[in-house]
Amino acid sequence: MIELNSLTKRFGSPSTGILAVDGVTLKVDKGEVLGFLGPNGAGKSTTMKMVTGFLTPTSGSASVCGHDVVKDPIAVKERIGYLPEGAPAYPDMTPESFLSFCAQVRKMGDTTESRIAHVVERVQLSGVLRQPIETLSKGFKRRVGLAQAILHDPEVLILDEPTDGLDPNQKHEVRALIREMAGKKAIVLSTHILEEVEAVCTRAIIIARGRVIADGTPAQLAARSRVHNAVTIAVRGADKDQMVSELKRITGVRDVDHARQDNGLCRATAIAKHGHTIAGEVSALVKARGWGLEELRVEHGRLDEVFRDITQSK
Amino acid sequence: MQGWYPIFKRELAGYFVTPVAYIFIVIFLLLAGVFTFQLGRLFERGQADLRPFFDFLPWLYLFLIPAVSMRLWAEERRGGTIELLLTLPVSQWGAVLGKFLAAWAFTGLALLLTFPLWITVNYLGDPDNGVIVGSYIGGLLMAGGFLAIGSCVSAATKSQVIAFVISLMICLGFLLAGFSPVLDFFKGWAPSWLIEAVSSFSFLSRFDGMGKGVVALRDLVFFGSLIGVFLYGAGIVIEMKKAE
Repeated sequence: MIELNSLTKRFGSPSTGILAVDGVTLKVDKGEVLGFLGPNGAGKSTTMKMVTGFLTPTSGSASVCGHDVVKDPIAVKERIGYLPEGAPAYPDMTPESFLSFCAQVRKMGDTTESRIAHVVERVQLSGVLRQPIETLSKGFKRRVGLAQAILHDPEVLILDEPTDGLDPNQKHEVRALIREMAGKKAIVLSTHILEEVEAVCTRAIIIARGRVIADGTPAQLAARSRVHNAVTIAVRGADKDQMVSELKRITGVRDVDHARQDNGLCRATAIAKHGHTIAGEVSALVKARGWGLEELRVEHGRLDEVFRDITQSK
Repeated sequence: MQGWYPIFKRELAGYFVTPVAYIFIVIFLLLAGVFTFQLGRLFERGQADLRPFFDFLPWLYLFLIPAVSMRLWAEERRGGTIELLLTLPVSQWGAVLGKFLAAWAFTGLALLLTFPLWITVNYLGDPDNGVIVGSYIGGLLMAGGFLAIGSCVSAATKSQVIAFVISLMICLGFLLAGFSPVLDFFKGWAPSWLIEAVSSFSFLSRFDGMGKGVVALRDLVFFGSLIGVFLYGAGIVIEMKKAE
């Protein structure tokens, strides 16, 4: 549904300008929820602005549902629902008049009223429909932006930091809404919150300095973490140094971290070599030595660590 | 031009949901009254025409029109709503035109509300209504010209104050183009055809011509193409400034 081909955007002159997006090629299909990750200034928003037809690409191409964004921008804009960063909306309008303006621009005709009623219920805006948008809280403003984006039931949804600045309950609501719509649409969202990617995305892309540097399911990305499949144990009746050296002797163990001993309780985290699972061996070791097991936990890897590793190393 | 009409409607309604429209109209009518009756001495002249009103109208517009046009695009850019507006299925020209026409309709409405002046002179005497209609059309065209200039300037900045001041300067230049302060600037170095061209841009001379009741085709063409050129410029400036 979305196809980017060597999409590039340069701001300023060819020699001194900034290369904001550098040859991004990717494809997003119906049913996918793609999380766009990257440090600030990595090119996430710029890429989204090109897909939605706001910025013109310097080179390369982008198409949405088969329509090229440069050659046929109106057709692309008709098929996209877009929540720009910060959810801008006209401050002196009310949500009601704002949504009906969007419906008019989108020529929704007879379906306007039922669709507005539907989205208002969906994002729970009914209490503030007739208040000027400038008087609304951040959470409500974001909902107005979301309502506008899904008003015409678009095939493609592009959300730039949809949960930024919301409280935990509001974040939960927005994520639930995204999950509900997934499956019927192609959804692209950018975020800084890595737990969000794990919560809603079927696929994640990490972008840094305008280039895609990682692409996979959230689990695949997390598996690149150093602590993927690591095992943390807490046992009684062991000596710390002895436990560490015994753990290191297990074939799948690369290293042992965070070893400490207090009040007779020994703790350590055994890091697995790439592609090894070590939980079985670790538990067998505990049993064989007769240690009293208090805790045994397998780590699945942490996305934030992977994110830091690959965005800072290159 | 896709999408211009909903934008036109939204913009026009936008003037009336805030006090801006009412303040503008009240001040416009108040100043028009002061200029016409106090400074223009409409009654004392003993002539049934609206000459005093139309003599002051360009100067009134010089300050009030940039105040209307300054927010057209500067506000959209500062609030980030330009990104929302231009990712809706509208063409860029539709957006430029919709906003411009709304501002023009609004100033046209303010001008229309000066009709008590017209009733007054018709009550007091027997004015040449053809001249008055010509002057009203001239006023409307001049407002359109100023607004198109203001649109283009407003697109170039996020600051409404800067938009106001620069629009005012450019409008002043156009107003005075046929007069010595501007022409003196060109005399001595510019070829005579350029000086003639500059003086032909004068809003005041054209407006005076229309004030005599003659709305010539060339005046319509002049204002029409001036509006077209500046709106086209606004579109280009918007495209250039999107990245900021």
